Amino acid sequence: MMVALIVDVGLAILILFVAGWIVAVRSTFAAVIGFVVYGLLLSLVWVRLWAIDIALTEAAIGSGVTGALLLRTLSRLPVEHSERSANGSFRFIAGLFCAFISLAIAMVIVALPEPAPTLAPEASAGLPAVGVGNPVTAVLLSYRAFDTFLEKVVLVLALVGCWSLAADRDWGGTPVLWRYSDPDGVLKFLAQTLPPIGVLVAIYMLWTGADHPGGAFQASAMLAAMWMLTIVAGLMRMPRTNDDLLRLTLVSGASAFLLLGFAGFGIVGSFLAYPPDYAKALIVAVEIPMTIAVAATLVMLVAGPPQRRDMS
Amino acid sequence: MTSATLFGLCGAILIGLGLFELITDPHPLRKILGFNLLGGGVFLVLGVVARRGAAAGYLGDPVPQALVITGIVVAFSATALAVALVVRLSEVSGRVSLAYASSEQTDSDGAEG
Repeated sequence: MMVALIVDVGLAILILFVAGWIVAVRSTFAAVIGFVVYGLLLSLVWVRLWAIDIALTEAAIGSGVTGALLLRTLSRLPVEHSERSANGSFRFIAGLFCAFISLAIAMVIVALPEPAPTLAPEASAGLPAVGVGNPVTAVLLSYRAFDTFLEKVVLVLALVGCWSLAADRDWGGTPVLWRYSDPDGVLKFLAQTLPPIGVLVAIYMLWTGADHPGGAFQASAMLAAMWMLTIVAGLMRMPRTNDDLLRLTLVSGASAFLLLGFAGFGIVGSFLAYPPDYAKALIVAVEIPMTIAVAATLVMLVAGPPQRRDMS
Repeated sequence: MTSATLFGLCGAILIGLGLFELITDPHPLRKILGFNLLGGGVFLVLGVVARRGAAAGYLGDPVPQALVITGIVVAFSATALAVALVVRLSEVSGRVSLAYASSEQTDSDGAEG
């Protein structure tokens, strides 16, 4: 127990050090690398808080895909270093204000009610009816399925917003994920070797997510990573943003949810209600298009607005 | 002090650090980094609430845990949109800063970002 606490204290100090470094360092490139490290440390904290599902999501999306997005952005911005606002008293007042916020939240943390309120017994009691063993999956896809549906809509809306920032002449064109040109590089070898394994891992994570840590988002991030790898290595082409198949894939996750939701009216009598005997089958059925749709959305969000028209 | 409280306090400090970066750095990409630092702290506080709610044989309350997973994905969406705006800003205006243009040349007017 004592050893575990020492590890936790060390982890907390390390994560605060990295966060402080991100704020203090001049080079924005260094800050972005620091942020990737911060995300990975945060996922270790999630493991220590016994939230393995969150640890996987944080490592994959919070650190991995966000890191890729920020690095891609850096390569497109002209100025790299951070120019500090020169006004010292402004920084002092801002620091005081932020310290006050931290202190207020810390006081709330220390004074959290005892015993802690929890919905775990309710979540556990409903599991037999849902047919899955992982309570987090049950919350995401059954108890609070409406939240997850809206989140799919948010992802698509963010992409619509992103695409609409394209210049008029580029609308419907192809986004550029990364400029990489070395036909004999080691990256190409990796892009040929890793995807079969990655896709298998994604399918496993999706399937095992019903009963163990894992699930649709983690599988999506894995698929997205594999797709980006093959595109960056030049083995696959980035699809045009006016490609019908791409657009259909992007909305398929939210659409599957919506269809299932309205089917609930007919079968059980309310929106997004599952018939008890088929609940697990329906959850897995909606998770498959959702995983593919989220993976495609993640790749397109990292790639950004369309930049050029194809030669064809 | 339990591990949950320790990481809760850690989350509180991360919120302050992220907020400071968000307010004081005029570089928009650094503001986005600050926003994500802050988000990590908020998620951590929520995760501590989940850990303290361990019951019914689980080591954490699954409801706030699921909220954090949704939150991470939504934070990524917001980050991607914000980043696209920054890239567009630099394409249109040729500069990447949210500080007033005058503050770089003249320090006397006291303008700050």
